[in-house]
Amino acid sequence: MTETRTSNDPKVSAVLFPFSVGIWLFLLALTGLTLLNSLFNLGRLNIWIALSISTCKAGLVAIFFMHLKDEPPFIQYVFLLSLALVAIFVGFTFFDVWYR
Amino acid sequence: MGMWIFLYSELILFGGLFLLYAVYSNRYPREFSMAAKNLSQLPGALNTVVLLTSSLFMVLSTIGVRSDSRRDALLYLGGTIICALIFLVIKGFEWHAKYEHGLIPNSATMLEKPKGEMIFFSLYFILTGLHSIHVLIGIFLLSLMAWWIHRGKLSKENYVYLENSGLYWHFVDLIWIYIFPLFYVVVP
Repeated sequence: MTETRTSNDPKVSAVLFPFSVGIWLFLLALTGLTLLNSLFNLGRLNIWIALSISTCKAGLVAIFFMHLKDEPPFIQYVFLLSLALVAIFVGFTFFDVWYR
Repeated sequence: MGMWIFLYSELILFGGLFLLYAVYSNRYPREFSMAAKNLSQLPGALNTVVLLTSSLFMVLSTIGVRSDSRRDALLYLGGTIICALIFLVIKGFEWHAKYEHGLIPNSATMLEKPKGEMIFFSLYFILTGLHSIHVLIGIFLLSLMAWWIHRGKLSKENYVYLENSGLYWHFVDLIWIYIFPLFYVVVP
């Protein structure tokens, strides 16, 4: 679906370049936050915080680096669907493990 | 489109392995915590920075092709490939250290460990191993793209192959974003 995109003029690059660097810096900051999180012992909460940070990072990579935001809705829906599938797998497995 | 469907299938593949991690870490929380202490945070964190940087270079390389600058495209793509190689070298040192300590599946040291720790290390090697194979494939793919840019096969009008290789590469980064905290950072 990339064929349909027509933003090749240099002006777009001039905007995209600093924007991408900004996203990268933000991703690095989030990595720092993950490490900072490990310094405090919050029990089970640590893992949830770490996974939430990872999900933010994954979201940034998918939306901006993989430009999911510019893809047609179908691609976006199917992407959400596969994420939901993984969540359902994990969720139901935990029901099984906890209440067996 | 095809690339996205391929990535969905990859998501399910890695998702299954993360599921195993979730279930076993729930069953053996103490063993997972003990085993994770054997992994040092530094190489994990370094590799995270290396991969994030490689992803940025990948984006910049695509911008280079789109704005018709072959030099920029090649330069940044080279940066991505170098980052990928650095990632594998760091990973290699890390695995070597595990090998030195006898922390590999089926070694005498490993067999004496409690079951939970054995499972942790098995998952560690399966996930980081499978991920590194993906990195290796990425290096070949991106080198091919660099060759094609050099030959003028990829251009401002036709850069779909580069874009799709980029999607694959970002996905490899995405998987590492989850491997890093689960194995290196927090195991309560």
